[in-house]
Amino acid sequence: MKLTTKNISLEHPARREFLQATAVLTGAFVIGAFVPFAKRVYAASAGGPAAGIRDPNVFLKIGADNTVTLLSKHFEMGQGISTGMATAVAEELDADWSKMRCEFAPNNPALYQNLAFAPYMVTGGSTSMMESFTQMREVGAAARAMLVGAAAAKWNVPAAQISVHKGVVRHKASGRSAMFGELAPDAMRLPVPEKVELKDAKQWQLIGKRAPRLDSVEKTTGKAGFALDIRRPGMLTAMVSRPPQFGGTAVSFDAAAAKKIDGVVEVVQIPQGIAVLAKDTWSAIRGREVLKVIWDMSKAESRSTDAIVAEYRQMSGSKGLPALRRGDAAAGFAKAAKTIDAEFVFPHLAHAPMEPLNCVLELRADGAELWSGSQLQSIDTYVLSKVLGFKPEQIRINTLLGGGSFGRRGNPVGDWVAEVAMIAKAINGRAPVHLVWTREDDIKGGFYRPMALHRVKAGVDSAGRITGWQHQVVTKSIFTGTPFEGGAVKEGVDHSSVEGVVDTPYAISDMAVDLHNAKSPVPVLWWRSVGHSHTAHVMETVMDDLARTAGKDPMAFRLGLLEGKPRDIAVLKLAAQKSGWDRPLRKGRGRGIAYHFSFGTRVAMVAEVTVKDAAYKVERIVAVVDCGVAVNPDVVKAQIEGSIGFALSSVLRNQITLNKGVVEQNNYNDYEPTRIREMPKVEVHIIKSAEAPSGIGEPGVPPLAPAISNALFAATGKRVRALPLTLV
Amino acid sequence: MVTLNVNGKNEEMDVSPEMPLLWALRDRLNLTGTKYGCGRAMCGACTVHVDGEAIRSCSIMVGTVAGGKKKITTIEGASGKVAAAVINAWQKLDVVQCGYCQSGQIMSAITLLSKNSKPTDTDIDLGMEGNICRCGTYVRIRQAIHQAAKSLA
Repeated sequence: MKLTTKNISLEHPARREFLQATAVLTGAFVIGAFVPFAKRVYAASAGGPAAGIRDPNVFLKIGADNTVTLLSKHFEMGQGISTGMATAVAEELDADWSKMRCEFAPNNPALYQNLAFAPYMVTGGSTSMMESFTQMREVGAAARAMLVGAAAAKWNVPAAQISVHKGVVRHKASGRSAMFGELAPDAMRLPVPEKVELKDAKQWQLIGKRAPRLDSVEKTTGKAGFALDIRRPGMLTAMVSRPPQFGGTAVSFDAAAAKKIDGVVEVVQIPQGIAVLAKDTWSAIRGREVLKVIWDMSKAESRSTDAIVAEYRQMSGSKGLPALRRGDAAAGFAKAAKTIDAEFVFPHLAHAPMEPLNCVLELRADGAELWSGSQLQSIDTYVLSKVLGFKPEQIRINTLLGGGSFGRRGNPVGDWVAEVAMIAKAINGRAPVHLVWTREDDIKGGFYRPMALHRVKAGVDSAGRITGWQHQVVTKSIFTGTPFEGGAVKEGVDHSSVEGVVDTPYAISDMAVDLHNAKSPVPVLWWRSVGHSHTAHVMETVMDDLARTAGKDPMAFRLGLLEGKPRDIAVLKLAAQKSGWDRPLRKGRGRGIAYHFSFGTRVAMVAEVTVKDAAYKVERIVAVVDCGVAVNPDVVKAQIEGSIGFALSSVLRNQITLNKGVVEQNNYNDYEPTRIREMPKVEVHIIKSAEAPSGIGEPGVPPLAPAISNALFAATGKRVRALPLTLV
Repeated sequence: MVTLNVNGKNEEMDVSPEMPLLWALRDRLNLTGTKYGCGRAMCGACTVHVDGEAIRSCSIMVGTVAGGKKKITTIEGASGKVAAAVINAWQKLDVVQCGYCQSGQIMSAITLLSKNSKPTDTDIDLGMEGNICRCGTYVRIRQAIHQAAKSLA
């Protein structure tokens, strides 16, 4: 069968076209803009939207029942951002927390763009609270001023005499009061204040305190709505048979057996493979099982992991792209009294969120509607409009809760959205299509944390100072070829390949970092903490090795390299204190420290391990975090606990390996996430801070592996460098 | 025709007796609180109760539990003292993150506490071993089970 659908390049979307498409979105009136009571049409000013729109009509719905619903521009994948943004709004609004609700905003980047990734509507890079903290407080303050204004007009009293407390607007002198719901229709028609004054941190009632999560009830009663739970009339479930090696393509297929399966409706070819459409999930699974496909593997990845590592090793010995040149690393290294030379190998990793990728697409004559849990509505809008031939404003996206993501639901080439669009197009939009990936599809489906190989040569002088640091990084670029390339890749150096190395907070005066861009048809993607997921392990284990080489305590050695950096020092010192760093441990136990700065946040972790023969157990993690203002300290704590549980699986065992191009892992049996019995005791200490909030979804991941590796070294005297960490 | 007793109601449906219970619940009865995670009884996201026992619904055929005699309970029908204590503890401690695995976690925790009213950490680890949480909420799952046990004592 020949391809009937127009193929678009999925690996390398045309950046210029993408920018043009999104310019259309951001520059003009946009269908789908939320218009609340006031029926106000919000048109972005010519030349793009103003930074930080604070119009409450865009972000809030105040109901007659006094509920305040935030239209969240950020996707909730478990990180707690719905609760976080609602806290910022409620604080300035002086709202009653029990009346706060959250819904997801429509795909309208003119209104709901991430200010850190303008003009795109994006949830990622641990930017959400950082970029929206001021904006959401301003929205709350503006809404409060407008509610007060409405009350003042209604009661004919001066606004200055009106107070607001827990959702009640009150004029003390006259004894009048009203709830938000009563005042909202008038309030929302008032002009948005030109300027709003925000509370001083000392006046905060909600920020920095414990506000219960907004999504706990629905998520503990089976009512939470994920994309997998969407049901549309006449909907068909689609499963795609994809090439067994990355880069392969379907030549032909035989659907006779599949069509004999009860419930299978149709089998169609799309550029990504062969799609089986059925009336229910089980029929689709069985139909795909018996589908016969002939694949062309001539351009596919056919190497095994060992061969790729060997190639990376060879590349690390050649000259790379200069990612950092500071001082004279070679001369510094040459004059060292003691040196170390270490190689690190990191495997591909799958995100493996509990909810496998899926989404529902419905085509109509005048547009398309998508139900999906996605981090990148701007990309999905672009991909759908491109494949389906619609204008971006004809695409409506209903963002739903995500059953985990860790980066996987934020794909710059929109892989699974492109699939559903191709399928819907192939059946001429006859029925709504629910594309569902199985767990096997997820584990074998690519878009992995890229493999990486690091080689570090570093030395210390007789006083224990680092004299030179030469660092080679070999990995495949994540950002090259994506619409985000411009911001992330400079002269071939993808910052995400070397982040955590080139911007290390440690004072290393003579340092050189070379990057080698590996090529492979294996698609790669940001995986919770992106480059930091490997660079922190290298930096922090080498730091430990250097400390021991210099005969210094690892904690003291680090502190010595952080002079003039009080926030970093405070985090390390508190970690030492809370973990009992100086207390001796029993034989067979080990304690290790790691410290890393990522996404604007500082995290130190002290790991305690027990070792018995070749087996080890992580007993306890003491974590200290400085993320600026902790808007919801309990969410911050949960993110650090969760990051430990998430990252531990890649320390203990997770890796994606290729055998002649074929992924060897299948499901949770051979790509097994952390189990409850493996979860260490976790203590999280948050530094009290008045600084702007920084990231929290990702920074808990990077320090875990090196803290454990350093603890294993302390217990055994053996250094394990490759991840996963295996004692032999 | 197959009859399933789900959440106290007999439900008739025209499905193959070989269809996994998970898909009958989700695709036929629209009880979407029970989740698909792995399809191989390795993650526990699909955990339901059959006569009070925690069962992975992805790996049990409809035919095995059909006839109306076996009582199937999903998260939507979880009720009683133990269920209320577990759900309450889960909410009080804000255990959830993405929430996708939590229906299964809660169903397993209800079975655990129904059999062992005062579980130790080790009992919890054993009882909850079949339920994966990729968000890593295990610290709070342990705490919530202890708290539910305490509230039931």
